[in-house]
Amino acid sequence: MLARKNPQLNDQGELHHLLTTEGLPKAILTQILDTADAFVSVGEREVKKVPLLRGKSVFNLFFENSTRTLTTFDIAAKRLSADVVNLNVRTSSATKGESLLDTVANLTAMGADIFVVRHAESGAPHLIARNVPPHVHVINAGDGRHAHPTQGLLDMYTIRHYKKDFTNLTVAIVGDVLHSRVARSQIHALTTLGCPEVRVIAPKTLTPTAVERLGVRLFHDLREGIKGADVVVMLRLQNERMNGAMLPSASEYFAHYGLSSEILSLAKPNAIVMHPGPMNRGVEIDSGVADGTQSVILPQVTFGIAVRMAVMAIVAGAGGSK
Amino acid sequence: MNLIPEAEAVYRALREQLNAAMAFDAKLVGIYSGGVWLAQRLANELNAKPALGKIDVSFYRDDYKTAGLKSVTRRTEIPFEVDGAHIVLVDDVLYTGRSVRAAINELFDYGRPASIQLAVLVDRGGRELPVQPDYVGENMIVAESVSLVLSQSDAGVLSLATEPR
Repeated sequence: MLARKNPQLNDQGELHHLLTTEGLPKAILTQILDTADAFVSVGEREVKKVPLLRGKSVFNLFFENSTRTLTTFDIAAKRLSADVVNLNVRTSSATKGESLLDTVANLTAMGADIFVVRHAESGAPHLIARNVPPHVHVINAGDGRHAHPTQGLLDMYTIRHYKKDFTNLTVAIVGDVLHSRVARSQIHALTTLGCPEVRVIAPKTLTPTAVERLGVRLFHDLREGIKGADVVVMLRLQNERMNGAMLPSASEYFAHYGLSSEILSLAKPNAIVMHPGPMNRGVEIDSGVADGTQSVILPQVTFGIAVRMAVMAIVAGAGGSK
Repeated sequence: MNLIPEAEAVYRALREQLNAAMAFDAKLVGIYSGGVWLAQRLANELNAKPALGKIDVSFYRDDYKTAGLKSVTRRTEIPFEVDGAHIVLVDDVLYTGRSVRAAINELFDYGRPASIQLAVLVDRGGRELPVQPDYVGENMIVAESVSLVLSQSDAGVLSLATEPR
């Protein structure tokens, strides 16, 4: 049987689209993190721009609301000197593949070089990637419950920044894992980067079936699962995605799965606390913890710009003869 | 065929030129990778003990469109005020002048230096841009088909070699 080609890589094995962290080789994950590190220093200068993507057009194609992700992609593209068009495409849930591809074909005719796509349907960025001309690159900015690779990568950057190395870490991912594309992208990246213990801590109703197959340890008790963790990733309780009564109430959720300073004290003393945002204070995380000394939630946002710059610079340069 | 000179001797020649003529308050900026090795040595060994910066020109290269991003990119670190500074850029091999152009562009995103000079271990000719060095360890003529590559051993000893391009 022929090995199925990874749709994200070109014939030279370079990153051409970024659709998911699943199946990406460690060397490419590391290249993205290392390149992001160089872009962090660009973000610390007075002139925060480099000329790399001059003449390129980046279309941020958002079929689903987002403030932080759209803004950081916008800033990242501008800091690379690209021309940026932000499209908040308000669509009914009845968006069909055909009209999506028509939209993309029209924008390609306007000279798009990179599409950054957020869509409520899992797989929409893959569909676009399969249908764009070879010079066009697609970056997934979150699709359904499937993947949010740049968030997963900026989380890896943040962990590496504070913990230096993945090979001795225990990472606990807490909360609404069922609906979380962020958790999936984190788990795949952590596994590839050699993190020996990834824990998923979630109520039974918010646990994806067979999550252990991804190579994680599953806990339903937060106190037990957080013990000795080096990194605690709190996920947002996705109220808007919840159909039916999966949970009794927000306050009861906090009582069992909220991160208070008392619960955090069960992790390692130097554990870091992360959250992909937006936070529900008092639901999955206590305000004192969110603003506390172990929280790296705002650095995550800053690093997110550098990681998105790195991804755009790497995909747009793919296919050259290095 | 050219005889490849002994890199440590060429380095010492470059260092003595800089000791004799470099402004006392000048600051060094090495271009990755070879230029940084040289600039680090010079920062320690020059009489003036100049401040040291490191520059990675990957984000300013003019061949990005055809060659893409280099697989290894390092942080540029300029730990001093560039505005009004006298800067000596340091590189290992001066050839087309394109890396130097990129480095000058990047420096100007940090500020407006009072002056920029260029120190290189080897000038192999072949310029494609109007760039000229102020300090040269040695001039060499090398066939177009080869690259001249500086390497540094674990003990810090420099050596020059040719490689097919």
